[in-house]
Amino acid sequence: MAVYQSVLDLVGDTPIVDVSQLSPKPTVRILAKLEGQNPAGSVKDRIALSIVEAAEADGTLREGSIIIEPSSGNTGIALAMICRDRGYHLKVVLPENVTVERRQLLEAFGAEIISSPGAEGSNGAVRRAEKLSAENPTWVFLNQYGNEANPTAHLTGTGPEILRDVPDITHFVAGLGTSGTLMGVGSYLKEHKPDVKIYAVEPPSGERVEGLRNLEDGYVPPIFDKWGGMDLLDGKRIVRPLESLTWTRRLVSEAGIFAGISSGAALAGAVKVADRIDEGVIVFVVCDGGWKYLSTGAYTEPIEQIAERLDDVIYF
Amino acid sequence: MATVHVRIPTVLRPAAAGQSQVSVDGQAIGQVVDQLIADYPGLEANLVDDDGQVRKFVNIYLNDEDIRFLEKLETPVVDGDEVAILPAVAGGQ
Repeated sequence: MAVYQSVLDLVGDTPIVDVSQLSPKPTVRILAKLEGQNPAGSVKDRIALSIVEAAEADGTLREGSIIIEPSSGNTGIALAMICRDRGYHLKVVLPENVTVERRQLLEAFGAEIISSPGAEGSNGAVRRAEKLSAENPTWVFLNQYGNEANPTAHLTGTGPEILRDVPDITHFVAGLGTSGTLMGVGSYLKEHKPDVKIYAVEPPSGERVEGLRNLEDGYVPPIFDKWGGMDLLDGKRIVRPLESLTWTRRLVSEAGIFAGISSGAALAGAVKVADRIDEGVIVFVVCDGGWKYLSTGAYTEPIEQIAERLDDVIYF
Repeated sequence: MATVHVRIPTVLRPAAAGQSQVSVDGQAIGQVVDQLIADYPGLEANLVDDDGQVRKFVNIYLNDEDIRFLEKLETPVVDGDEVAILPAVAGGQ
């Protein structure tokens, strides 16, 4: 093993593990790409490093810059790690209803937290960050939802890694948040192996979110439109909390992979795809480990109770 | 004609007599939406644009699958199907 100069040298090149014991059919393989192996613990290390380096290259970020970013956790944590290394000051707009572990990790890495109302969910955090950055023009707003360097990190990193390690891939399944993973990996796979199908899973988060005056307050990430999301995706489905939890638990109990709850949702999506095909090789993204969700009781407490409680927590 | 269950998100409940779920008849999603609007006219402006297409910030799901990736408004429905209407929200971490 090499000795690395910086923890940032450990971002990317994550392992893939065969979890076909969870497949409903012996002719369909299911493979998990373990993004929790990144140094700050999630897939977001890739895009955080990518958007910081792009902003350094074009002169937006300079020594001592102040960065503001809306994040329900992982992007903020990844940016906080990077800002520690690079000497930037980070302000994270964080919805109140995230797990305590996320808040503590941000604090451990030295980020400043600006709370946004939990009832407004991620939309509220995005709006708050937009407002604050408009009021403070010297702050740098990297905006993961609209930053090209987000999907580019997956176009040049995650996508090539997957095709290199799994040349016989037929389907790719990942969670839809900023859409960066799906747009970047999807674009790479469609270009190099056009028959690969790309599927998105999402939580039913719009169901209960308050603070929307009407549906025009809704939000579609700019990168989803810019990267042709409607044409790139072959399907998109909701995975509800109970199903996400069920598959998160099966992933740890039957395959030994301790993953976050959105990874269970992605696995549920992969299993749904497997149900419909006769044979194939499905790769899905485990976007983080389970550590940050222990306080929810997701792994140990009665599953129905936890599922209900998850309606009020941002876990995706 | 099939009878389907439509889940109404919190933000639209005031326009649907406060209900979280309603039953609607139709053969395809488009007819379900038309019937829903006939029953609750207040929903119209929230669901479809001037061209009769589903609004950009609205997602409609048939048995949890986004109909934009099925046959859109022509997607056929059968008795007992679950239709969910959700506003698009920012995801991501």
